[in-house]
Order: sequence, then C-alpha cells, then structure tokens
Amino acid sequence: MTALADVAKKIRSKNAGPFWLTIDIFCDSNTKFQQACQIADNARVAKLLGTTPDALSRYEIADLNVLKFSLPRPQIQGTRSDRDMHGASFANLLTGLTLE
Amino acid sequence: MRCQHRLIDVDSQAESKNAMLTKILIPSGALGLGYDRDALARGVREKPDLLAIDGGSTDSGPHYLGTGTSKYSRSSIKSEWRELMEARAEADVPLVIGTAGTSGANDAVDWLVDITKEIESETGQNVQVAVLKSGQANDQMIDALRAGKISPLEPVMEVTEELLENCTNIVALAGAEQIQAALETGADIVIAGRTTDTATIAALPLARGCHQGGAWHGAKIGECGALATTNPNSGTIMITFDKEGFTVEPMGRTAKATPYTVSAHMLYENSIPYQLYEPGGHLDVVKAKYTAVDDRSVRVEGSEWIKSDTYNVKLEGARSGGYQTVSLALVRDSRYVENIREWVADIEAKCTRKAAERVNAAFTLELRLIGLDATLGDLDKGITSSSEVGVMGIVTASSEATSKEIAKILNPYLLHHPLTEDEEMPTFAFPFSPTEMYRGEIYEFCLNHVLELDNPMDGFELTLLELQA
Repeated sequence: MTALADVAKKIRSKNAGPFWLTIDIFCDSNTKFQQACQIADNARVAKLLGTTPDALSRYEIADLNVLKFSLPRPQIQGTRSDRDMHGASFANLLTGLTLE
Repeated sequence: MRCQHRLIDVDSQAESKNAMLTKILIPSGALGLGYDRDALARGVREKPDLLAIDGGSTDSGPHYLGTGTSKYSRSSIKSEWRELMEARAEADVPLVIGTAGTSGANDAVDWLVDITKEIESETGQNVQVAVLKSGQANDQMIDALRAGKISPLEPVMEVTEELLENCTNIVALAGAEQIQAALETGADIVIAGRTTDTATIAALPLARGCHQGGAWHGAKIGECGALATTNPNSGTIMITFDKEGFTVEPMGRTAKATPYTVSAHMLYENSIPYQLYEPGGHLDVVKAKYTAVDDRSVRVEGSEWIKSDTYNVKLEGARSGGYQTVSLALVRDSRYVENIREWVADIEAKCTRKAAERVNAAFTLELRLIGLDATLGDLDKGITSSSEVGVMGIVTASSEATSKEIAKILNPYLLHHPLTEDEEMPTFAFPFSPTEMYRGEIYEFCLNHVLELDNPMDGFELTLLELQA
C-alpha cells in the first residue's frame, strides 16, 4: 500500500502564527502530486490530526506540486497543554497515511 | 559628517510612472540567526537603498511577549547589530529593524536602544535613531473595545475588559505607514517595536511609488532572508522593486533563487498561500508570474494589492498562565517501563489528592512520558517502546510558592513509588539535585484580533534620538 511519505519528497508542518498550524506536502512530479491528493483525503487527514474535516482548509497547488492544509492549532501555541512550540512535529502524523 | 537621506521623492503612495528603482538588502531572516559575512559585504557593494531586518516573531512562544525580554543572548544581538550598523554606515543608507527584541514590546525596544547606545559609544558613530513603539496601554484597549474598534480574527477567541486588563503586554503590528513615518524623520537607524514581517521591507518601495502588489509580495519573499533560495544558511538577499514588480537575487555565492524556491515561499508559515493580510489591505498573488532572469535570480510580476475600507492593525497580547515547576525522573527498570502508564496514572491520582488536602490553591499536575508520546500525546498512534522512559512532572499553580510546594510533594513519588503495594521500594534515576526546576511565571497568547484606527499613527509613538560619541 503506497503511503503519503512514499509519494511526497517532504512533509512539513509549522505554526502560521500562534493560532494556526499549516502543513505543506511537497511532491516532485505531477503524478505523485495527484497520488498525494488522493491519499490525503480531508476526512482521513482530519482524523489523524484529531479534528473535523470542516476545520481543515485544503489547497491543491498544482503549479508547485504541493498539497497544503491549514487548521486551527490543536492547542494554542505555548499554552500549558501545548507540547510542540513550533508545530513541526505534527507532520509526522501524516507520513504513514494510506488509501485504506 | 552626516547627510540627510533623500528617501522619498513622491508625495503619494499611488503607483507612479516615476517610481524609483529601490533595492532593499535583507541580511538574514532575523537578527541573532547569523548570516554569511561575504554575502552581506557583497550586498553592501551592490548599493542598496535600505537595509531591513526582522528582530523577532511570535514563533518562540508567549514568554517573550509576556515578559518583554529577548530570546537571543545580548552578546549575540550586540555583535550582529554592531556589524549591521557598520554595514549601514558603509552603505550610507538607513537600517531598519522591526519587532525589536523578539516580541517588539516597549521594554524589548528599549533593550535594543540601550545596546545601540553602547555600540555607538564604543565605535564613535554619530547616528540619529528613530524609535517606533507599538505597545498599547491596557486602558486604551478597553476604551477601544467599548467603542467597537476591536474585532476577532479566525479562530475566534472571546475578548473581555478583564482579559485586556490582565495582559502584561499588548502590541499592535505596525505596517508600512508607521515605518514610512519613521523614515521620513531622516534617521539613520529605525528601531521599531512589533511590526509585520514585511512592512520594514515594503515601506520604502511603496513610498517611492513602486508597484504596490510587488512591494508587499517582494517583502514576503525577502522577510526570511535567503530562505526563499536554494541555500537558506547564506542569509543575505537583495530584493529590487520597480513600477511593475520585483526581482529577487541572493547575495550568497552558491545560493540560487528559482521560480520554484520563490513561489514556494508563499506557503511558509502562512495559512492561506495566496494572500497576506497587512494593515490597510491585503496582497493577492494568484496572478503572479515567476520568471527566471538567469540561473540565480527571479523576476515576479502580476501580484495585486487590495486596499481595505478601514485601516486595521493586528493585536497581540499575552497574559499570565500561572507559575510552573517541572521535575524529571528517568525510569529504566524494564517492568516499570512496560507498565509506565499505570504507574504515572497512580502517581497523578495519589499526588493530586495529597496536594489538594495540603494546599488550598488552584493547581494542575501532569506527568508527561518522554520516549513514548510526549511530543504528540493522544494523536500519536505510531508509538514504539524503548528501554527507558523520561517522566516529566509539570506542576502549574496560581503562585510560585504553590507550584514549588506541590513539586516537592511529587518528589518522593517520582523517586520511590512502587507499582504494587507488596513489593520492595524501588528507586528511580534523578539526573539533578534538586530535581525540581522552577520555570517561573508562564504566559499565554490571548488576543487574535484587529484594532481599527482612524489614523495609522494612532497608538504608535515615534521619537528621534541623536546619539553622539
């Protein structure tokens, strides 16, 4: 089963300010980008990130072969319950994502 | 001898046919991050019209806005700031720093002004410094809330008078207008409080009538230094603005800007990849065209600036989240490692109960498992077991004394708590004595709002200092 990490050359997550998290999935060909768009379906991505599909903004940027998701941060940056100040670890949740 | 810089030759910000080619040199993504010195020297030789650098952001967390202190060491900042002041003197153009001292709070601005005075007295440079402060008084923000001038951004958080009263620092993000006002004083150096990442770069090209969409788009591409190139560590980048767009050229010998590296930078730390909201309007890059000039420079045209009906500045605020003490114990015994969740759940329950009996104050106790799921918590489904686990006890309370007291109540549990009642008392590894580490007051970001201003300078304070050796 092809995983997201097999078709993406890099999956990056980062804060976009203290209240948002943004995840960029970079592919190096249009074919792989199309596969990534198929694998990373909103419902599956939302489930992995512990949120609902309607909380996700999805951007398919074909010119760059990049699929991008933005969502309100699971915890506001730096509050007592936040575990990752820069939000860079969330990308790891998506690497193993497959079609099923 | 010092000369008055002739910066702004057009009196309106409308795009002008007489727009002057404007070169902005960005030494690095932030003061304190370091840069390639050859690249900076090359940039100075290229005769820029202005040097712009960012002094911080919210990215390191709420502590820095909460306290108004710097993330980077004073000596690192002093050493880099001295080099930039020297580069400025050589280029004989203004040097602008935004979000000084990590958060851009008033105390953080004063900190960098003090460093500047020290450098000036050591090097004998005579300079004029314009100081722009972005700090907002709590009572004035309460008045603005009552007047309906404060509105929430997504995700919506409630703002109340009590919350505004309790912020230790509130800052408004300055835009191009406030930086232009600082430049119009003719100062050699502008030290600005909280500013949008882009405004220090966009201000001069906008004032000189360059393409408005291009000015903001080029500023976004340049704000992280050479991050929009193939060699981010080289730091220094030049953005050249004109009446139709802008050109990106890295100053590092091996760094290359390509249409891909430049266009992909709009994604970085930006929740909407085609837009960027600034005071007075927003940038839209949907129609931007990226063209390679040669193998290391990129030309961009077609970005648009959409003016808003009202002039809004973003607010940031931090307030106390209590006082925190952490402890660390290391568990290596394989039976305990196997049953670690049961062990910490038992400690959390027993210690919380005991502490509540002894201490009459609000607190929380959490034991986080380093080596299992400390990074992602419940979201992590890919956990693999290891031979040891770090147990980090986190006590957060309403006072310093309570947080320390409860961390000490936790101490014997972390050292000796048995998994079952009928076994010999175990002992775990403490790496330190004392094992408790007091972290001080913790802060939280509590404003995600905009403030509507009648005049862009309302709420900002501009002063001019004449520094003489």
